[in-house]
Amino acid sequence: MANTTALTGINGLRDIRRSPASHLAEALETGSVPGKVVLKEGPFQTMAGVRVDPSSEEGARIASVTGGLPVRCGEVAGREGVSVLWLGPSEFLVVAAEEAHDSLGGDLIGSLTSALGDAPGQVVDLSANRTTYELSGPRARAVLEKGCALDLHPRKFKPGTALSTEVGNIPVTLWKTGEESFRLFPRASFADFLGRWLLDAMREYASPEVP
Amino acid sequence: MLLISCPNCGSRDETEFHYGGQAHVPYPENPSGLNDREWAEFLFYRDNTKGIFAERWLHSTGCRQWFNMLRDTVTYDIQSIYPMGAPRPDKAAAAPESGTASTAADSTTTGSAAPSIAATSITSTSTAPSTAPSTTQSGTTAPEGATK
Repeated sequence: MANTTALTGINGLRDIRRSPASHLAEALETGSVPGKVVLKEGPFQTMAGVRVDPSSEEGARIASVTGGLPVRCGEVAGREGVSVLWLGPSEFLVVAAEEAHDSLGGDLIGSLTSALGDAPGQVVDLSANRTTYELSGPRARAVLEKGCALDLHPRKFKPGTALSTEVGNIPVTLWKTGEESFRLFPRASFADFLGRWLLDAMREYASPEVP
Repeated sequence: MLLISCPNCGSRDETEFHYGGQAHVPYPENPSGLNDREWAEFLFYRDNTKGIFAERWLHSTGCRQWFNMLRDTVTYDIQSIYPMGAPRPDKAAAAPESGTASTAADSTTTGSAAPSIAATSITSTSTAPSTAPSTTQSGTTAPEGATK
C-alpha cells in the first residue's frame, strides 16, 4: 500500500495512480512493429459525458463551451484541444487533454457544468471511465478489421469520424484521427482484454511478409 | 447474424443490439383496478406470432436508443423499422393511439391497442391466426401462477 501520509494534494495522487493498461506498457512496446502498426496507450485524458438536447438553449450554451456539438452519428465537433464525439442524439463525449481537468488547473468540467446550469441534462466527469489506445501505421486498419464489422475502408470511414461499435467483441468508441491512425476508447475494465487482443492481432505483421 | 438498420446509426450487426420484447403493449389506464390475473397478463403474457411480429429493439452498443421493428419470425425478414410511439405501419389506419401512456417519440410504453384494460387487451394487437387460441385460453382458465 502507498504511504498516504506522504501524499501532498492532487499531485501526490497523480504520482501513484495507474492507468488501466499500465501493466501492458512493456508488451505494447515489444508488440508494436514500427513502420507497420504501432499500439500505444494514451492515458488519463479528460472526458466528460454530456446529455443535453442540442436544439435547446442549454444545448447552445454547452456548444459554445465545446465549440459546437456533432449533429449526427460519426461526426466529431470541437475546438482547439477539445473534441466532442457523438454517442447518441442527445448524448456526447467530450474529450480533452489531461491538463484540461479542473483538478490540474483546467476548467473544462466546471465550465460545462455551469453552462448546463439547472436545465435538464447532465454533465458527468468520466475521465476515469475509459482509457485510450492509439493504433497507427499502414496495417492499423487490417488489425481492426479482424474484429470490427464496420466498413473501415477509407472511402467509407473518413478521418475525423468516430463511431460507437464493437472491436474484438468489446464495446468501444472508434475514432479515426488520421489516414492511418485510430483512437479506441474501451472502458477501463476492458482495457486489459482489448490490449491483449490487439497485440495478438498485430503479431503476424512482425514476421516477414510471405509473397 | 441479422444486419439491423438503426434509425440513427445505419446498418450494424445484431450483436450491437438488445431485444426488448413485443411492442405496443399499453400500460393499463388504471393499474390498481386490475385483478391479479389481468395484471399477470399485462406483465407476462405476450403473443407468440408465427409471421410478422412487432417488437422493440435497443441499439445498446451504439446510440442507446429504442426503436420498433416489424420482423417475420419465420424468415427473419425485417419489414419495417419505425420510431417508438408510432403506430404499427401495417395497421396504421386501424386503432388510434390510446391509453394514458405518453405518445412522445421516446416513450416505451405507447401502444396502438384498444383502450380496454380487460384480459383481451394483450391479445388485441396480435395477428388474426394467433388471437383465437390465446383468447379462448385466457377467457376460461386462470393461468398457473397468476394468482397466489
